[in-house]
Amino acid sequence: MILHIALRELRSLFLSPLAWIILGVVQGIMAWKFLGFIDYYFTIQAELINIKDAPGVTDLVIAPLFDFSKVLLLIISPLITMRLLSEEKQNGSLKLLLSSPVSMTEIVLGKYLGALLFFSIVILIIGIMPLSLLSSTNLDMGKFASGMLGQFLTIAAFTSLGLYMSSLSSQPVNAAAGTFGLLIIFFIINIAGNATTEGNNFFNYISITYHSIQMLRGIVNTADIAYFILFSLGFILLSIRQLDSQRLQS
Amino acid sequence: MSALIQAKHLHKIYRDNHAVNNVSIELQRGEILGLLGPNGAGKSSCLQMLCGVLAPSEGEIIINGADLLDNPNQAKQSIGYLPDKPPLYPELTVDEYLNYAARLRRVKKSAINNLRTQAIQHCGLEGYNQRLIGNLSKGYQQRVGIAQAIIHQPEIIILDEPTVGLDPIQMVEIRKLILELGEQHGIILSTHILPEVQAVCNRVQMLHRGKSVFNKKMQELKQTDSATLRLQQATDLEAIKKLPGVDSAKQSAEHRYLIFGRQLSESLADISRYCVENNWGLLELCPLENNLEQIFLNLTSGEESTGEEKTSEDTHNNEQAA
Repeated sequence: MILHIALRELRSLFLSPLAWIILGVVQGIMAWKFLGFIDYYFTIQAELINIKDAPGVTDLVIAPLFDFSKVLLLIISPLITMRLLSEEKQNGSLKLLLSSPVSMTEIVLGKYLGALLFFSIVILIIGIMPLSLLSSTNLDMGKFASGMLGQFLTIAAFTSLGLYMSSLSSQPVNAAAGTFGLLIIFFIINIAGNATTEGNNFFNYISITYHSIQMLRGIVNTADIAYFILFSLGFILLSIRQLDSQRLQS
Repeated sequence: MSALIQAKHLHKIYRDNHAVNNVSIELQRGEILGLLGPNGAGKSSCLQMLCGVLAPSEGEIIINGADLLDNPNQAKQSIGYLPDKPPLYPELTVDEYLNYAARLRRVKKSAINNLRTQAIQHCGLEGYNQRLIGNLSKGYQQRVGIAQAIIHQPEIIILDEPTVGLDPIQMVEIRKLILELGEQHGIILSTHILPEVQAVCNRVQMLHRGKSVFNKKMQELKQTDSATLRLQQATDLEAIKKLPGVDSAKQSAEHRYLIFGRQLSESLADISRYCVENNWGLLELCPLENNLEQIFLNLTSGEESTGEEKTSEDTHNNEQAA
């Protein structure tokens, strides 16, 4: 049942121009950035030869590419997640789901999975680009894989927050604005953690950036994975609760 | 055989509005129940509670033997619901949408094609299978909405104002469809169009300000004679109930009463004589012969219409509605 809801969501996404525009725009921007990083690599290649244990292509092209893509994902994710529940509320189709023999958990998970499937396609096409380097050089596939995992966990967290915001409002734009604001806060909150020298690990701990940065360096830490899973799970549960309480109240 | 729907003492309280107040609804097999009421009477809220879209603040709902609150999935399986606004996805085609609706109702994959064809036939949507829902006219969107509600062949079909916004020909067609469906299913339909109820329903229940004020079979309605009585003098309701041939009476407004009695038409002369003899100042005695409209107006207009307690909130809501 979750899958049916998710696939319907994905299908509706691709029937609207929005999904295609987003895929096109993301691909264009990422390609431009990718070329920029390769160009940079060529200019410093000569100096790298003299350095012992110099960083390789993976560190100088893929890691910054993935780091940049997170900013792009932050911008596009509210555009997709804003519709998830608020549009259904707005045009009344949520009543179809609510009157069907489907639990609230299934509805919310289906919606979440639908959006996550779309974003998986986005990060896959971003990931395929640097793989084209394999034809001319060796890549550190371990680092690449951990980078991809980081991308996936990050977007999973973004989606859950967007879903929750969407459950709060029946106006997609409000949901988008809320998601955008909160995501940026989670993105930059570690600045406070960095600013003070010690005792402020808390800000680091709740920051998305802090937990995703390590994976770009090829370090997969259970604490980081746990952070993302808890983050996503937390907002999914909040969405379920929100819908349930709306059923009781409104 | 137990009732398809047994909803007892439903209440729905919004923040400052008692939208549904102690309403009980029952639906038997083969019955088409018309839920009538002016705008804001609580019809939609009632229907939404029966479908599980809204949770009642209080009360119990048993759908086809399954408790909607304890066992929602089993209960919802036997319901097809068309909300006041059809719950459509404009970007899907009719076929895609109906497939999705069937899947949501846990219809087996192998059965979907067959059921979809039947629903499409029922609703006169042949030839529209591949059309985008967003491109259909309102009448056809409404049909898709009905097709969605009947695709899993539920035992109960709940339609919230199914003919709103349709042209007269479409209205007639939809009513015909409802009558057809009513042969095999139990149907609840809400409306504020009185002729519609007279045309299709075999039982009618009226809501007013969240309360159930009337609940009768159409047949009884035709048999039972009723009359309005207008007196110049304020008279005790009990005294009026004792009038010859009167079984029950209701005060519909100041000095206005509705009297009911099985053999009322034969007693009208006695009643008028009684009123005159007692100096009640008889102004009007008008028999109502199965006139739904009159009953509706008498029950819903006038301040003391329900003869029950009124709160300031109610007055406030009434003002808003006006």
